[in-house]
Order: sequence, then C-alpha cells, then structure tokens
Amino acid sequence: MSQTSDPAVLIAQIKDKLGIGEDKVYAVMGEFAEPEDLVKAGHAIRGMGYTKLDAMTPFPVHGIDEALGIPYSKIGWIVVCGAIAGILTAQILIYYVGVIDYPLIIGGKPLFDFTYSIPPTFELAVLFSAITTFICTWALSGLPRLYHPSMNYRSAHRASDDRFLLVVEANDPKFDAQKTAQDMRSVGANDVEVVEG
Amino acid sequence: MSAVVQDPQLMAVNPPLVQGARDLHDLTDQISSVVEDPVYKTPLKYWITLACTSSLVLLLAAMLTYLVNTGVGVWGVNKPVGWGWGITNFVFWIGIGHAGTLISAILFLFRQKWRTSINRSAEAMTLFAVMVAGLFPLFHTGRPWRAYWLFPVPNTDLNIWQNFRSPLIWDVFAVSTYFTVSLLFWFTGLVPDLATLRDRATTKIRQVVFGILSLGWRGSARHWRHYEQAYLILAGISTPLVLSVHSVVSFDFATSVIPGWHTTIFPPYFVAGAIFSGFACVMTLLLIARWTLNLQNLITIKHLDNMNKIILVTGSVVGYAYCTEFFVAWWSGDIYERFTFLNRAFGPYWWAAWSMYSCNVFIPQLYWFKKMRTNLWVMFVISITTNIGMWFERFVIICTSLTRDFLPTSWGYFVPTWVDICTFIGTIGMFLTLFLLFARFLPMIAMSEVKGVASQEKHVFAGQEEGSPSYR
Repeated sequence: MSQTSDPAVLIAQIKDKLGIGEDKVYAVMGEFAEPEDLVKAGHAIRGMGYTKLDAMTPFPVHGIDEALGIPYSKIGWIVVCGAIAGILTAQILIYYVGVIDYPLIIGGKPLFDFTYSIPPTFELAVLFSAITTFICTWALSGLPRLYHPSMNYRSAHRASDDRFLLVVEANDPKFDAQKTAQDMRSVGANDVEVVEG
Repeated sequence: MSAVVQDPQLMAVNPPLVQGARDLHDLTDQISSVVEDPVYKTPLKYWITLACTSSLVLLLAAMLTYLVNTGVGVWGVNKPVGWGWGITNFVFWIGIGHAGTLISAILFLFRQKWRTSINRSAEAMTLFAVMVAGLFPLFHTGRPWRAYWLFPVPNTDLNIWQNFRSPLIWDVFAVSTYFTVSLLFWFTGLVPDLATLRDRATTKIRQVVFGILSLGWRGSARHWRHYEQAYLILAGISTPLVLSVHSVVSFDFATSVIPGWHTTIFPPYFVAGAIFSGFACVMTLLLIARWTLNLQNLITIKHLDNMNKIILVTGSVVGYAYCTEFFVAWWSGDIYERFTFLNRAFGPYWWAAWSMYSCNVFIPQLYWFKKMRTNLWVMFVISITTNIGMWFERFVIICTSLTRDFLPTSWGYFVPTWVDICTFIGTIGMFLTLFLLFARFLPMIAMSEVKGVASQEKHVFAGQEEGSPSYR
C-alpha cells in the first residue's frame, strides 16, 4: 500500500476499501408496507438465486432470517466464554487476596473457601457476560459506524419508522442493476432504486 | 371515520395494548413527538414540576457538602443504632430499582407483551434508583473520595485488601454489577429507538447527537438477529442478577448475629419486598407521566391492572414473611429473638411497625376487587402508601433490631436529625429530576418493541378504519 499524507487520497483509499463512492453501486433496494410481504418477497428473491440479501425493518420481523438465509447468531457461545472468564477472575482474585497476598485470620475462618466466594463470583460472571454481550452485539453487526451506503436510498429513513426494505447487494454474483431491479419489482417491491455507494 | 367493529367480548378479555394509533407511523409520531417538540412547547406543568424537584437536588447537594465538611455525626446514627436512615434509604432505593429489571427481564422471558409500553421507563427508573441508592453508602463512609478502597484495586495508601468473607464486599460487587448491567440493558434497548429519532431529526444538533448515540443502527436483518439474541441473553442473566442483588443486600443483615436480622428467610423476603415497592414506584411514576404527557393510549388500564395484580401478590408474600418471622421467633425459643419481635410490634417503634403492616399487607388487599385495580385514584394512593410502608419496613428492620441491645445498659432510641430528613427528601428530588429529564428527552416508550407487538396482534390498532389495510 502506498504511503501518502494527502487526506484526499487517504479518504479515497478508505472509501475504495469500504466500497463507497460516487461511481460505486451498493445495492438495489425496494420497500414493502407489510412485514408479511417482505418475508414472502424474501423467499421469492432468494429462490431466484440471489445470495447477498439483507432487509431493513423497524422491528425484528419473524421469519426474515430463514427467508434471506441469514445464519443464527453465534453471540451465545462468545458470552459463555465471557462468563467463564468472570468466574475465573473472581476465583483467582479471591484466592490471591485471601491466601497469598493478605492472609488474615478472622474468627478462625478458612483463608479461602468456595462457599463464601460464591456471591462475588456470581456477580463477576454476570458482569463479564453482560459486557461481552454488549460489545459483541455491536461488533458483530459492524457497528458503530457513521456512514452506510444504504442511507442513500430515498426511503431509508422509513426503515426505522413504518417501512420494510429489501436489499440485494451489488457484490452478489448474480447482480445486474437493470435485471435485479426488475426482479425486485416482480416480487412486489415499491420504489425500487439502484442505490449508489 | 368509523372505528373498526370488534368482538366486544374479545375486547373485554383482551383489550388492545395500543390505542388511538392508526398505524405504525402514527405510533412513531406519538412517541417521538414528546421528545421532538421544541423546548418552548413543553407544557408549563412540566417546568414547574422540574423546578420543584431540581431545587430538592440543590438541597441534597447542600446536605452532602455539610456532611463531608462536618462528619458523619450530622446524621442521627450513634450507639447502639449505628445504621440509621442511611442504610434504610439505601435498601429502600435499591429495592425500588428491582421492578425495572423484573419488568424488562423476567416479564420478557415470560413473553408478557404488555410490558412493552412500560419497560423503558421502568428500566430508567432502575438506573436512577440505583444511582440514588449508591449515594448513601458512599457518603456514609464519610470520605467519599476514598470510595475506591471498597473495590479490589491495589492501592499504595492503604496496602491492604478487602475481606471477601464479609457480605459488605459482596454488596459492592452486587450493586456495581447491577448498575452496569442495567445500564447496558437499557442502552441496548434504546439504540433502535435512537435510530428512529436520528432518522426523523431536523436540526443539526439532533442529527449529530442521535447519530452518535444510535451507533449507526439501520435495522438490518443482520443487526436484528444479534440484537434479539443479545436481548435474550441480557434478560436471561438479569433475572438471576436481580434476585441476587437484594439477596446479597439482605446478607448484610442475615449473616450478623443480631436478633431480628439473623434469619434465613431474609433473601426471598427482601426480594419480594423489593419487587413490591418497585412496582408501586413504577405505578406512581407512570400515573404521573400518563397524566402530564398524555400517554393514555399507550399506558392503558390493562397495563395498570396487571401491575396491580403483581402488587397484590408480592404484598401478600411480604405479609406471609412477616407472619413467618413472628412464628420462627416464637418457635426458636430464643429469648432475645422473642423479645426483639415483641419489641418490634409493641415497643418504642410500634408506630413504625404498624404503619408498615397496614401499608404493606392490609391496604393492598383492596386489589382483590377489579373495581379497585382499575380506579386511577385508588391505585395512585395505594402506590404511595406501599412505598411509605416499604420504607418503614427497612426502618423497622434496622432500628428495632438495634435499638434494644443485649444489655439494657446499651439501649437507645434513634431519632433522625434534620440532615437525615433533608438528605432523604433531596434524594427523592434527584430521582424525580432524573426521571423527568429522561421522560422529556428520550423516548419513554420502546417504539420498536411496541411495533413488534403491534405486528403480531392485528387488533391492536383500535382506531383503525374498517376494511383498510392493517397499517398504512
């Protein structure tokens, strides 16, 4: 990669990497008024052989994942690791503090015992799982980000209000702006548009 | 415009959860308009209320400054009552918070759809209640700038570690975890709605602020699948968390050897009481918000009725716990234990104990009647008396158990000072101020969740025209 300090060139390089730019096409997008229609259209458009599909909806629409072939979230497995990390942190901390670094006999109680370490261990397991869940939700979704080409779609702002958008991305092997737009209309989408990156 | 013809029987059994909104867009408009109205359009009653509550915040600031400058002696705590209003208020506020998590997490796991219009404000209430609660132990230390001594961070000024055999350190873990998890849960739920506000923003400031806060959320199906999974996980871990927090708070008492505290019933009893007081507090706030911000369509009588049923159940559980305590005190045969409980009901604090029994056990029994559960005035009054009762519960547990020590020579009587009283009033002001600011500047109702419920229940839009598509 060429080294340059010219901001304009840098921005152009970054845009190029992200697939953003005046000359780039991001996707063909269309909208639906009903979630059921979106799911039906999703099945139909996937049946035509498209694979790089997405939907934008104001609330989670049931069945859209199956319709578009979006795999199940793996977040649960990562959170299990977070919980285990929390348990280990707490146990090691309490053992280190109580037995190694600051042994203090109080009322003849043992320096370390599993029973009294349960409450802090439980709390740290919950804390670590929650933080892991929180970070993973955004990180796996590619967030936070300030710009996304889908914002160029005329009714993109209605995806958080009352419209259900269907997206066929340009990196789909079967993608052809004219043909895909036609396919989108044939499955019932309104306001079909070729959206630039 | 004719209202849609609906089966009246169905309406009576299962009234719509969302009333008066004709379609999804209308719903977005109704909820967002509260946030989006220009500041000068805010009703005057809002500003007057805010002025009152924020002056109480100034009072709180003055009291805390006075305490730090002078010493903890400005509170009425002394021998033998070393834990007075400070801990009473701490437990009271932590308890208030519990309803928020219950509504957002436990009712979510039980698929109770009616929670959607109240969960956001209940979660916010949790956050504010825990913030307020945290002030008391923080300032009870007398040196709040040394608060990091409570956490297991290596420090060079003290060179010692915490004692993990003490429930007080468990409490530090429980409360700080509770606050963090509640904050993350609340913010996660808020992101899709912040995106809605971003998309509707007309001014530069709003675009920038909501643009950053919404993290670039675009409602993609790829976002939602992670989001839904994350929400489920957060609800799943918050459920045992909320039960653990008040259990750990109760360990502060239960692991001691003081008669009246040293009982195994404390964890479940504290949790039930916390949910009881929390629901009552949600009820008070919702009734005020419903009235000042005109949310009758979204917070319906059905929601309130359901909450009153929970208040009745938890109130009765608390009543059962009171009976068990008395029974066990008698059954134990321990003279100190027996004396403490007789002293609790008929001793110097009899007035506090009987206020607590009446407010927590007797008055909520009115909720056996549907007429009472659906009467706004009745529920407003009961929500207040419940909180008075639950505050007295903590006061009674703490003060009556300490005031008569084992030896009559060390008996005493706790009287709060004016600083105690003003500090508590100040915290009520802080809690209400935070809640009022939230209600005005953030969406108080979880739009995306209400819409999700709306899409599943076609009859929710009560004002819909006959024959028109379900949402347009």
